[in-house]
Amino acid sequence: MTTTDVRPAAVATELRRTERSWSRDRFENRFFGIARWGVIVGLLIATIFPFYYMVLLSMRGLGDVLNNPGSLWLELGQVSLNAYTRVLAPVASGGEGFLGFMRNSAVLAVGTVVLTLAVSVPGSYAVSRLRFFGRRQVSALFLAVYLFPSILLAVPLYVFFTRVGMRGSLIAVILVYVSQTVAVSIYMLRNYLDTIPVSLEEAAALDGCSRLGIMRRISLPLAMPAIIANGLFVFMVAWNEFLFALLFLVDDRDRWTVSLGLSQLTGNSIEIPTTVLMAAAVITTIPIVVIFFASERLLTEGLTSGAEKG
Amino acid sequence: MRRSEARTGLGLIAPTVIIVLAVVVLPILWSISLAFQRVRLINLRSAGILGQFSLRNFENVVSAPGFVDTLVTTLTYSVLGTASSIALGLVASLALRKIFRGRGFVRSIMLLPYVAPVVAVTFVWQTMLSPQFGVVNYWGQHILGWSKPIAFLSEKTNELSLFGWSIPIPTALLTVIAFEAWRQFPFAFLFLTARLQAIPGSLEEAARVDGATISQRFRYIIWPQLLPTIAVLSVLRFIWTFTSFDDIYLLTGGGAGTEVISVRVYNFLTGRGDIGLASAQALVIALVLAILVAVYIKLFGKREEDLS
Repeated sequence: MTTTDVRPAAVATELRRTERSWSRDRFENRFFGIARWGVIVGLLIATIFPFYYMVLLSMRGLGDVLNNPGSLWLELGQVSLNAYTRVLAPVASGGEGFLGFMRNSAVLAVGTVVLTLAVSVPGSYAVSRLRFFGRRQVSALFLAVYLFPSILLAVPLYVFFTRVGMRGSLIAVILVYVSQTVAVSIYMLRNYLDTIPVSLEEAAALDGCSRLGIMRRISLPLAMPAIIANGLFVFMVAWNEFLFALLFLVDDRDRWTVSLGLSQLTGNSIEIPTTVLMAAAVITTIPIVVIFFASERLLTEGLTSGAEKG
Repeated sequence: MRRSEARTGLGLIAPTVIIVLAVVVLPILWSISLAFQRVRLINLRSAGILGQFSLRNFENVVSAPGFVDTLVTTLTYSVLGTASSIALGLVASLALRKIFRGRGFVRSIMLLPYVAPVVAVTFVWQTMLSPQFGVVNYWGQHILGWSKPIAFLSEKTNELSLFGWSIPIPTALLTVIAFEAWRQFPFAFLFLTARLQAIPGSLEEAARVDGATISQRFRYIIWPQLLPTIAVLSVLRFIWTFTSFDDIYLLTGGGAGTEVISVRVYNFLTGRGDIGLASAQALVIALVLAILVAVYIKLFGKREEDLS
């Protein structure tokens, strides 16, 4: 991306045309000035509305929703949090047991984060700093894994874990999640490590620090923001994951994740009111939204760094 | 020194490589082998790693009812889903290019559909579009004057009469495509915004001084610079949409003319318990995908080099 492709001849003809109708520039400035705000407002409504509707329905009573489906406001007197208490309470006391699902999701997500970082931090350091045989092949392999669609892995993994009798175990799911996130994790961390000057490490090496000492004392603290962002990203991926949770954990209700629980309850039971399920949807979404807003800048920079090269 | 560096490097990368080999590469190879065998979930324990190989599964995949329909649906879904999500992302990134108060916040809001749990957002869409108490049908009937509620997710086609012609509209398929555009546009938005920020302002400034209007500056300065990014986004999004399972499975369950190949793989695997058939179907996806991406790169790869 060095040339700019301005195409002088084409611009010149367009300009001649412009001179004839000199108001085109003014018209376009005004038109796009207005259209821009129209687009921004339209997109904002389109992105926010489903989330607003989710919260709205979760706080209304079912009868109220059925009688007045078009209502977009919530009067303070109508707010009811019954749906939340019912969703969170354990099945034994008449609830839907989402507290348990949340615990499963948290165990899976935290386990995935810990294991992914444990292998991807040293891995990304090796790819970024050290010359070793097969470094380029390893990077290519990780890119291929990142692009590889998970539905194609679903069949063999399902069969394998069924055969060894581990299909219902959280360990198996964590292992699969790690394999799904480790490639993009190494990619993000490597991009960050590449921006840290090597001279700091060289100085430490001159002072007699060993390679692992350098990693622990110099590189790791410097890369901490990226590592944290990466951990949060992996957490979000694991919390949101649906396909493997469905394939591996669906048989045992005690192992359901929040996503799986929500999908199973919406798909299979008519007796749970929509408003209650909406509360479940809110509970599923809140951790993600909180983490996302807390780490948004770190995340977007980590994901797109390198992309602006084109 | 050099040798110890190599040894440390291999040692540090080894755990990752082992996991990837064990949980991704080996299963893929095994899946290819399974696709040529008659294996069902019931007789899994008695089946060996190397059984009798045959092409029966592939014959069954191709001759199973609905194979061609599913392929066409998947193609339509992925082409339109990819195109509309990238177009929407492009429009969003251009609209949010100029700095204004609260732009950072608006940008983060735009990413919400992409990061939110897919199960939660599909459920909200289902409820919003519900013919009984969905907000969309309510306002459609009360403001837009629809005569009856539209079953967005369970209606295969709807006749639309226009100038005396009646045109069949695949309602459910269009709805899942719209959902795809909504959920995936932030991905394109994110990358196009990053690319836009890297374009030097001096070029546009020069063109503006020379009298180029907004649309001309876009056509001759911005667009050529975005094209390589759009090309890469198209490939990525196409691959992921072509094989996406969650969205359609959760929205329609694959009914009403929205059955895509990945839903079929899932049904062969869990519904029928036919591992060989499911593997063969997955392999067919991979092949079709590889061919399409190769054709795309062959067609557009060259032109893109000329432009950049």
